[in-house]
Amino acid sequence: MSQPRIRVLVGKPGLDGHDRGAKVIARALRDAGMEVIYSGLHQTPEQIVEAAIQEDVDVIGLSILSGAQMTIFPRVKALLKEQNSEDILLIGGGTIPDEDIEVLIQSGDAEALFTPGTPTGDIVAWIKERLGVDSPPYEHA
Amino acid sequence: MSFSAWQEAYRSLRERKGPFMTVSSVPIEPLYSPDGVKGFDYEKDLGYPGEYPYTRGIRPNMYRGRLWTMRQFAGFGSARESNERYKFLLSQGQTGLSVAFDMATIMGYDSDHPRAYGEVGRVGVAIDSLADMEVLFQDIPLDQVSTSMTINAPAAVIWAMYIAAAEKKGIPSHKLTGTIQNDILKEYIAQKSWIFPPEPSMRLITDIFKFAREQVPKWNTVSISGYHIREAGATALQELAFTLADGFAYVEAGIKAGLDVDDFAPRLSFFFNSHMDIFEEIAKYRAARRIWARRMKEKYGAKKQESLLLRFHTQTAGCSLTAQQPENNIVRTAYEGLAAVLGGTQSLHTNSMDEVLALPTEKAVQIALRTQQILAYETGVVNTIDPLAGSYFIEALTNQMEEGAEEYFRRIEELGGVLSAIGQNFFQQEIADAAYRYQQEIEQKERIIVGVNEFITEAKPDIDLLKIDPEIERGQVRRVQALRQTRDNLLVQRTLAELEQAALGTDNLMPKIMNAVHAYATEGEIVAVFKKVFGEYREQAVF
Amino acid sequence: MTLSVNQWLGKLLLHDRRAVARLISWVEDNQEQSEIMRTVRAQSGQSLVIGITGPPGVGKSSLVEALTRVYRQSEERVGIVAVDPSSPYSGGAILGDRIRMQAHGTDRDVFIRSMGTRGHLGGVARSTADVLRILEAGGYPRLLLETVGVGQSEIEIMRLADTVVVVLNPGTGDGIQAIKAGIMEVADIFVINKADMPGAERMKNDIEMMLDMNGHGGRAWRPPVILTSVLEGKGLHELIDEIARQQAFLSESGTLIIRRQEQLQREVWQHLEDRLKEAFDSLWPALPTEWLTEGHKDPYQLVDKVWQKMSGHKREGGNT
Repeated sequence: MSQPRIRVLVGKPGLDGHDRGAKVIARALRDAGMEVIYSGLHQTPEQIVEAAIQEDVDVIGLSILSGAQMTIFPRVKALLKEQNSEDILLIGGGTIPDEDIEVLIQSGDAEALFTPGTPTGDIVAWIKERLGVDSPPYEHA
Repeated sequence: MSFSAWQEAYRSLRERKGPFMTVSSVPIEPLYSPDGVKGFDYEKDLGYPGEYPYTRGIRPNMYRGRLWTMRQFAGFGSARESNERYKFLLSQGQTGLSVAFDMATIMGYDSDHPRAYGEVGRVGVAIDSLADMEVLFQDIPLDQVSTSMTINAPAAVIWAMYIAAAEKKGIPSHKLTGTIQNDILKEYIAQKSWIFPPEPSMRLITDIFKFAREQVPKWNTVSISGYHIREAGATALQELAFTLADGFAYVEAGIKAGLDVDDFAPRLSFFFNSHMDIFEEIAKYRAARRIWARRMKEKYGAKKQESLLLRFHTQTAGCSLTAQQPENNIVRTAYEGLAAVLGGTQSLHTNSMDEVLALPTEKAVQIALRTQQILAYETGVVNTIDPLAGSYFIEALTNQMEEGAEEYFRRIEELGGVLSAIGQNFFQQEIADAAYRYQQEIEQKERIIVGVNEFITEAKPDIDLLKIDPEIERGQVRRVQALRQTRDNLLVQRTLAELEQAALGTDNLMPKIMNAVHAYATEGEIVAVFKKVFGEYREQAVF
Repeated sequence: MTLSVNQWLGKLLLHDRRAVARLISWVEDNQEQSEIMRTVRAQSGQSLVIGITGPPGVGKSSLVEALTRVYRQSEERVGIVAVDPSSPYSGGAILGDRIRMQAHGTDRDVFIRSMGTRGHLGGVARSTADVLRILEAGGYPRLLLETVGVGQSEIEIMRLADTVVVVLNPGTGDGIQAIKAGIMEVADIFVINKADMPGAERMKNDIEMMLDMNGHGGRAWRPPVILTSVLEGKGLHELIDEIARQQAFLSESGTLIIRRQEQLQREVWQHLEDRLKEAFDSLWPALPTEWLTEGHKDPYQLVDKVWQKMSGHKREGGNT
């Protein structure tokens, strides 16, 4: 039977509307064969976690460019715990300074954080590796 | 040697691996010659500086009269801290202020709203009420400094606070100079900081046109912005075409609201991006001036010269900066600033090298400002006007830009105009496609970005970053809550009720907003009234 | 959480949201499908499915959100399935319908699930019918299904929905397209959304006229045409009433039994079709070369031979 399809929630928490990165990532993940649920802008952590549960995603990817990473990641992680859904991988990207990345990874509030300039292929590869899925069935030409 | 002989000679030689294209993926010829600008008519296509169609510049003397305004966008934390930064910048020779607001202010939430949690004072200054605005401009002579405010959906409210703060200092509104961005169309298209649906948003804008004409005649009422369209991933041509299309939409809205085009068009200004491709950018600015003048004159029947002039502010491209080897960003910004100046900008913001990582530190801001000063005082590019005019390449690119923009205008027209095209996701899809293509080019190394996909070093950036103390948010929350305890709440309720009545009807909303602001109603309270009457906008995302 | 299918099914019947979500994924991924559905079908099938279809951009999601708001006012628990096409190249999809349903984003009594079509034609996924029943068994009896309708897919939604609501916009040429695509026969209710746009009344008249002319496809139910404006909340209660009226009609007239029979027939056929295709795909590469050579000259004979092979008749190779 077919291999389970990877499902990813791409979320835009916070009030900023900078969705260029989120959209490029969404498209790259789709082109790598994943199903991407796009949350839309201005999502609260509660909305993001509820959507992730209903959509049964394997991964939540948060795009943050407003500097609010130190409040949002811990909050989303705490809500996932509350909902017994810690098995959903929480990753993110955006303008996040290295020292914040260190703190968030150390505390376990994020599994991986990607800074600007990361090739989308690296993110695809990271997700597939972590979920133990074979090489992509399709490579974007 | 004839052109064809040169062509043959060129083809006989090896060509380095390309592609040879602009940052917008437009292919570029190895050589431009008189053939490329056939039919070129100096009087008709260029004119002299200060002369229709203003391709060479909007003033006869340009930078030999006065340099561009060096205007660094700044603001963070509380009003008090931003006030100190502004005073520092003015003491360093900056000639205009540019206010950045935090996301809560931009989206119309007070600092104590649950949605504002974690965002207060982060990417700009938090302004909840007139009280904050008074602190923000303490000891700054508002009749001598021009202030640009990057605020859109709630622009009417923030502008009212500025006017009120000046009035409280005894400065009458007709003496105020500055700009509110107030460009809601590009929010739907690219920047996504909308609050209300398009129609009531356009009404707020025409109300501002009318109020400015009567009360604040020296104020720039809309800064029609391509900057954010470009940052969202658009090409140079898309930035040009979509921005001008927005501009024409505002002109049409003003005319439809019963104004004479010459009553408000002189107060429209523009805001463009400056990306890495120097010549493409210069061509974009020159084409922008020419298209605007031609359409304003021929299509909209503008008579005043000031209505035909496309005045613009430029910011170097934030999206061109890299998190890797951030010091390289100083160099990028310098080239981008050069393009803006060669293109005849009226004011310039040069980005700080660390902006891709966090808010800029004082040192990074100073280097950015020095970059402009070196450009102005050391390079000599200011000595002559429009120095690249007559270059086969520049003129061909300028023509190409104009033709491309006209083609986009036709398509937008076919879709039923700008608002209708927004509803059909036309701009959004075009930009999403361009952004994706750009990313693909980088990942496939068809485009080299130094430090990102070539010339990589493993070393982590070693620069200081500005940190925002979380106490700032708590302090701001306390201040707005204290304000609600101490102000005359009956007066606030009354002014808000009157505002709601006006919003339901067709009266100009600005005087009612002024009343509410003077009563110390908060931004969030005023916006809530509008949300109740106008509703809220929601996007249909495209990829 | 790593639980067995049976443990998840136990949780499903206790209306656990994660169980609903996880079992849907399994069914979508074709895993343990028949075991899951045996339990689920025993606990579901009572709910009538409201299908909302129409061209892209007509406001289907906003309409679903608005309907949900009304159903929530009467404390109904709502299950929503929104289907979007998967990429034919990568098999991936970007599913963005939730954006327009945010009003219910944190309401535990509303469950929204986005699905990609995953290669299935006709605007729905292979497993959509099952997903709806999992929602029902999981405690969301008011079922809404949103699909993008272009051309043929409206027929497919009949297989899944008991009430087919076709959404159109005025002044976009949708009306003519609709008639061309044959949706007059599948629609139980027409909604002209964004009715504040010019041309709404005219479109309503056009549709009414078409219904008069073709005698609403020979059906006893005449589809009503409703003008709505989701932004202003206009026409929503009328739509809710018409849905209720149509559903009452289904039960009272006995049409529901016929419709359910047809749905079962289509469903069984669809699964059979899958099996046939699988069998065919594995058989084809093993066919003798001379069959293929002959087949170019006489494809119908080759069909006969393949059919005999697939249906188990023993006729090995060569001509008969």
